[in-house]
Amino acid sequence: MNIELIGITVLWIFLYGYLIVASIDFGAGFFSYYSMLTGRKHLVHGIIERYLSPVWEVTNVFLIFFMVGMVGFFPDTAYYLGTTLLIPGSIAIVLLAIRGSYYAFSTYGSKDNKIYLLLYGASGLLIPASLSIVLTISEGGYIEEKGNQVTLLYSKLFTSPYAWSVVILSLVSVLFISAAFLTYYAQKAKDYKAMEVLRGFAIAWSIPTILSSLLVFFSIQQHNPWHFNRMIELSWMFVLSLLCFMVAAYLIWIRKRLGLAFLLVMLQFALAFFGYGASHLPYILYPMISIHESITSPSMGIALIIAFIAGLLLLIPSLFLLMRLFLFDANYVQGKHGK
Amino acid sequence: MMSYDPAVYSRILTGLTLGFHIIFATIGVGVPVMIAIAEFLGIKRKDPHYTLLARRWARGFVITVAVGVVTGTSIGLQLNLLWPSFMQIAGQAIALPLFLETFAFFFEAIFLGIYLYTWDRFRNPWTHFIISIPVIIGSSASAFFITIVNAFMNTPQGFKLSGRTIIDIDPLVAMFNPATPTKTAHVISSAYMTSAFVLAAIAAVALLAGKRHVYYQKALKLTMVCGLIFSISTAFIGDLSGKFLAEYQPEKLAAAEWHFETTDKAPLVVGGILGENNEIRYALKLPYALSVLAHGNPNAVVQGLNETPKELRPPLYIHYFFDIMVTIGSLTIVLCIAYLWIERRSQGQGKPLPSWLLRCVVWSGPLAMLAIECGWIFAEAGRQPWILRGYMKTVHGATTSANVDWMLLLFSLLYIVLGFSVWMILRRMFRSNTPEQELELNGIEGGKH
Repeated sequence: MNIELIGITVLWIFLYGYLIVASIDFGAGFFSYYSMLTGRKHLVHGIIERYLSPVWEVTNVFLIFFMVGMVGFFPDTAYYLGTTLLIPGSIAIVLLAIRGSYYAFSTYGSKDNKIYLLLYGASGLLIPASLSIVLTISEGGYIEEKGNQVTLLYSKLFTSPYAWSVVILSLVSVLFISAAFLTYYAQKAKDYKAMEVLRGFAIAWSIPTILSSLLVFFSIQQHNPWHFNRMIELSWMFVLSLLCFMVAAYLIWIRKRLGLAFLLVMLQFALAFFGYGASHLPYILYPMISIHESITSPSMGIALIIAFIAGLLLLIPSLFLLMRLFLFDANYVQGKHGK
Repeated sequence: MMSYDPAVYSRILTGLTLGFHIIFATIGVGVPVMIAIAEFLGIKRKDPHYTLLARRWARGFVITVAVGVVTGTSIGLQLNLLWPSFMQIAGQAIALPLFLETFAFFFEAIFLGIYLYTWDRFRNPWTHFIISIPVIIGSSASAFFITIVNAFMNTPQGFKLSGRTIIDIDPLVAMFNPATPTKTAHVISSAYMTSAFVLAAIAAVALLAGKRHVYYQKALKLTMVCGLIFSISTAFIGDLSGKFLAEYQPEKLAAAEWHFETTDKAPLVVGGILGENNEIRYALKLPYALSVLAHGNPNAVVQGLNETPKELRPPLYIHYFFDIMVTIGSLTIVLCIAYLWIERRSQGQGKPLPSWLLRCVVWSGPLAMLAIECGWIFAEAGRQPWILRGYMKTVHGATTSANVDWMLLLFSLLYIVLGFSVWMILRRMFRSNTPEQELELNGIEGGKH
């Protein structure tokens, strides 16, 4: 493999990591708020808080990682995306800021503050929508370059069926991924009341997830036939993804092997996400930036890859320790440790 | 209202975000060190007061970390949004330190999560203490790497520029540029120092309010001793930074000191205001001091600002920021020495500390933070008009996008709301749960102090 392919693969893995951990996080915030409104907060809140408290900081890092790596490997993206995304990007930043800080405020500061919980829960749902704009415009057709001025064509973006289908998909899949994970976590905690509530959420969001995936699939055909044809070539990945979804939904339905069910959900999104990414290559921003023309100098590329490996050697054991202490420690999960 | 100029608004917005972020970043780098020292003393001396101190600091610390993380994310994303042309060029030359910074932050994030949730989990208390070490390594390393990025902007090297394409990058040469050693050392040391004074100020507020518990006296002594050590090291590194400037960025030093003519035996200008035609009034001139600061020799020649073409000179107002930073830094050293002197005497006589001294300590916290802001403005404004000194001017790095003014408004609102919330929450957290209550609750001591 050449450097640019390694680079984009690594970045894509990180974006996938963000997709999973952030979905759990964003969805959990929403469920937390929703269950407070419906008077079921006491049932699920403990579970959600025990999982989120030690990991919320880690979630943000995945996103920053992806972004820094993107600029490092493919500096032209900084120019095009940076210039065009000022408004949606700034809105996403503000939402991330509100969410992150009000999460901490409501968890460590004033416990039962409803406004804090609203800010934290609602902002979480808007973030996936605002971040998904990046994926949308990477399909091409939303950016205009005149001389040395690059602009985002907002009217085109807002009237595009493709853009809206991506927004819907990002929203519902966040809720589905999150509910699938939390159902599993609640079962581990032997908190069966919470599990029932969360299982209900998972089932409720499973059908919209798959319907909106199909919607995205068909709206790509309208918007970017080139990409659609490439996706057809990789159709086995999407078919496998659908199979994973079906098995996972079945397991959740019968309340059996929920850990496996969540793994299958992860696999479902991995297959779809990597299938989408692979068929998009070699373009990062269609048709303006491809991975070949904008790669940084080879010496920096190699340095980045070395840094990556060294970093992963440090991170993987640390993450493993974090998971052992908080995810796979029966006493902690069941809330038997003091804070 | 100013006419719309994206470069101007981008500068204001970046300055605002960073100015807000460094308050929390400074605390984020320094406070873990203080927490670890307190926990260490608590275990070593078997003194539950220090352990409680560490715990209470850690609890407040989480709130500030949250804001530090989100504003850090803001600045990370904003760099691309507001300075796309700059990032296109510099982004790849400094991708390595940026990347390593994220790794360090990742490392810190993981262990901070573990540290905060395992206070009572291990049988051996040292196990928990050991977890604080990766937190410190992570936070200080991320300060180190991100400061390298800034150092690169001051003394760029390790690449060639042809048009808008950058070639022949040498990542390590770019990272270890001449500004790296002094800048990183100064940033880390001053963060430790400022955190010590912020925590000292909190203890002093309690003592001033008439609380007599020995817990507060221990907190004050610990923070003041650390404050002394860190402020002396900060001053020492600051002196080295002056020598660095004289060699690599003489125009910044000259502008800071209003030193126009190249001369030997150059005097240091303290205070004063600059009149028209650059005449200096009401200033104290310390003979030879600038030559000593710049080259360590009273007879050394110091390059004046007149050697720099007019359009490439930094703004002259940076003198004020430089002076404020140095003055506060020097005063904190005096304050620590005065405190230790008086504390020793009053302890012998069993008298409480005089309230004027405590009041000075209360001021030292916010003033140290002010010094951080001033030092940072001095360093950043002092390299204007360059964004990459010698390569790219600031105006050429900015976005060409419309609506930066509206984004400035949006972020100003955000920071006002966040700043206000943090203040309210920290106040409530510590007022509703006093150390005395906690000590009693944990069965460390009975009702009597």
